[in-house]
Amino acid sequence: MQIVDRRLNPKSKSLGNRQRFLRRAKSEIREAIKDSLRSRKIAETESAEKVTIRSKSLREPSFGLGRNSGLRDYVLPGNEEYKVGDEIPKPQGGAGGRGSQGSPDGEGQDDFTFTLTKDEFLDLFFDDLKLPNLIKVKLKDLKTARLVRAGFTTDGPPARLNRTRTMRKSLGRRMALRRPSEAEIKRLEEELAAAEAETPPDAKKIAELRARFEHKQRLRRTIAYIDPIDLAYNRFDRVPKPTTQAVMFCLMDASASMTEPLKDLAKRFFMLLHVFLTRYYREVHLVFIRHTSTAAEVDEETFFRGTETGGTVISTALDEMLKVVRERYSPADWNIYAAQASDGDNFHDDMPRCLELLNEEILPVCQYFAYIETTHGERFNDAVETPVWHGYSEVARRRRNFAMRRVASPEDIFPVFHELFSADNAAA
Amino acid sequence: MATTASKKLPKRKGNMRPLFDGAEWTFELIQKVHDTMGEIALGELGLDIYPNQIEVITAEQMLDSYSSIGMPLMYRHWSFGKRFARDEAYYKRGMRSLAYELVINSDPCISYVMEENSMTMQALVIAHAAYGHNHFFKNNYQFQLWTQPDHIIDYLGFAKTYVSECEERFGQEAVESVLDAAHALMNQGVSRDLRPRPRNVAKREQEKAARRRAHEEATYDDIYRTLPEITKERTSEPTETQNEQRRLGLPEENLLYFLEKNAPKLEDWQRELLRIVRLLSQYFYPQRQTKMMNEGCATFVHYEIMNRLYERGQLTDGTMLEFLHSHSSVIFQPSFNDRRFSGLNPYALGFAMMNDIRRISTEPTAEDRDWFPDLAGKGDWMGALRQAWSEFRDESFVLQYLSPKLIRDFRMFAVSDDSKEAAMEVKSIHDEQGYKDVRRRLARHYDVSAQDPDLQVTDADLSGSRRLVLTHRVRNGVLLDKTEAERTLQYLAQLWGYRVKLVEQEIDGGRVLKEHEALPMP
Repeated sequence: MQIVDRRLNPKSKSLGNRQRFLRRAKSEIREAIKDSLRSRKIAETESAEKVTIRSKSLREPSFGLGRNSGLRDYVLPGNEEYKVGDEIPKPQGGAGGRGSQGSPDGEGQDDFTFTLTKDEFLDLFFDDLKLPNLIKVKLKDLKTARLVRAGFTTDGPPARLNRTRTMRKSLGRRMALRRPSEAEIKRLEEELAAAEAETPPDAKKIAELRARFEHKQRLRRTIAYIDPIDLAYNRFDRVPKPTTQAVMFCLMDASASMTEPLKDLAKRFFMLLHVFLTRYYREVHLVFIRHTSTAAEVDEETFFRGTETGGTVISTALDEMLKVVRERYSPADWNIYAAQASDGDNFHDDMPRCLELLNEEILPVCQYFAYIETTHGERFNDAVETPVWHGYSEVARRRRNFAMRRVASPEDIFPVFHELFSADNAAA
Repeated sequence: MATTASKKLPKRKGNMRPLFDGAEWTFELIQKVHDTMGEIALGELGLDIYPNQIEVITAEQMLDSYSSIGMPLMYRHWSFGKRFARDEAYYKRGMRSLAYELVINSDPCISYVMEENSMTMQALVIAHAAYGHNHFFKNNYQFQLWTQPDHIIDYLGFAKTYVSECEERFGQEAVESVLDAAHALMNQGVSRDLRPRPRNVAKREQEKAARRRAHEEATYDDIYRTLPEITKERTSEPTETQNEQRRLGLPEENLLYFLEKNAPKLEDWQRELLRIVRLLSQYFYPQRQTKMMNEGCATFVHYEIMNRLYERGQLTDGTMLEFLHSHSSVIFQPSFNDRRFSGLNPYALGFAMMNDIRRISTEPTAEDRDWFPDLAGKGDWMGALRQAWSEFRDESFVLQYLSPKLIRDFRMFAVSDDSKEAAMEVKSIHDEQGYKDVRRRLARHYDVSAQDPDLQVTDADLSGSRRLVLTHRVRNGVLLDKTEAERTLQYLAQLWGYRVKLVEQEIDGGRVLKEHEALPMP
């Protein structure tokens, strides 16, 4: 007999089968994912996904005998009281054939439930999408480098010269090589002068002193005060600092003109953006800011549920966002994304202020700012420009990290999202 | 028993200490248990097995094997991925536990055991699979007739490479469409009566083309151009049709075989794919026919081996209790009105029948002498069992060996279910008048060819409309499941390349009950 330990064999022998299976069911799975998004919280989208699909493409038909025709018989165990000729009422649902084997793979219906891993879920979800601005800076380069002191080096730009260290080395060298100091030379010079001034001059002493003086002077000339060998420069290493965190601002108009359906549209969009960000960042924070004529940071529940009365001043929300950025999310450490949803109304005099805030302060620190305008079907018409749309169009023309789209119904969300973040758009 | 065993094995006499104690297993222990069991299985029970190869795998690998119909190697196909996803979901939700073992009819005989098993379970698995199933595979006539266990692994290796080469050359989707269709027809890919001779399709095609060319060249005459065209009537003469039918070997029950040889539009690689699926189907056919006997044999063997080990003192009480617990859950048979009921448990019935053969051989009653004159009281029960295991399949086994006592023990009764009636009728029960009827009906239930629809290719017009006609010979008015049949027929049309018609016809009266048609999609 032979015993083989197969446990260490490569796992997932069936990976190829799995891929073929997912490819086969792709369109159905995507449908199922879209459905499942409706009932979820924004941050929940990243967990592994149980998917139920009703799949035409996963059918495996075969010729089999039907259940509803003809005469068949069974032999059953466990008879208690039946005698020949007794009648047994058929069980409900026509499952009279319990005695015979079911179909080989035991499924009569087309429903099929299984679990997608988080990665598979998101891959299918995004498919050919790319994160904006990241197309050039590939994910692995999406890191800011940080300079870290790493000792000293003998070479470098003058600005990095470490004077203390250089002087210390210079001093040591000078002492070791006995470079005469200025004071020593001066003393010798004075001694020499004194000797020369003596009467009668002691020629031997003068010659000795002169020779010493000249020797010292030669030493001083040959041994440099600072030799290239003394130079010490500060050395820095570039340590890549992964920016694995992103913050996503959800801005929404909470005035009464934003009806429930419009909010629902906005929610879907925020959700998608969130899923998308979690794909790329390890940590994604959510900040919900809603505004009427004033703006406030709120939790998710309030964000989508509450309605307030009042006018609409968008710049208050932008101000609030900047305030939060300043307080908690330094652009140096955080990738900032923002998505704004509105029905396009704004207090007219507020537009210039909005545009100024966007152009001067927000867009420079944002990776991406997406504006979607949720409209009722009948208003979905390019000819009718809302104040916000009109104002933002100008920004969209000039800024690459700003995008805007209109959404009229849930079906529009995914295509719009796709369009906003499609690889082409980001590369443009 | 212990004394006879120790006579054969004088060296171990007095050394009958437990082989193991505790749940942990090691490779050395498995080896030791396997060898010790060999003394009983081969020496005492007279089993005849292929060399064993025991492979230790993880739960995930077990799921893997499930999904590729239990084979260690398999070509790639989405349906295996689907099966894996489903089994995994069941397993993770705890709705289904994994089998403790999986055994492959190959030479050497490969048994998979799971690393999670306790040592007792490993011992049980070795006795069950490596001796029980292994003996059955090697000796049953069905397996001897239909399978080549020394080739199967190599063949699967070939199939896997061939399919992936085809995927590379022709694209995954093209390969998939052929395999999908072939899988749909898998149950009709079996030749029930005659073992088909393998032939090299490609070579035959080349020869045919060469012959045609040679004939054209040899008979070329410019004057033929001036002849009027042949009229259609000639081809439709009855003799022509008969000739063609004879040439095609109609009627033909093996649809995959027929398509592989005769489908007009298929490429050689597509025929080869059909062949792969067909050979696999044929390989599994004996297992479908002997499920109950095979499990009965393996269960009987493991029970016997474990008991004898215990009698020798080689198993501890704890091990024996653990074994008995899982043994009795394996052979549990719920009653028909129990919520757990899902048909006759092949383990239960098989094990009971094997034990019954032993009882009839050694302690027959008057009734047994009446029913089994050749068997009752003959004494050599192991010889009788070995003979049964080698010469029967489920259907004939039940017909031959199901005793009145077992029918009483199981309290079997036969009901008939007419779709036109509101209630089922009890036809016979476990009484003097009913034994034969119950036995006959149960045997038919185990007859695979009576459970599968009886489908045949009855007509194929290769020169004219190229329409293919299948006939379903309807037994007892049971028609095909309509939606399934139409979907499958669509696949068939895809392979055939032209219109396909399926006629459901009464087996005796010849009355046509239903017709389906399918056209290939472009």
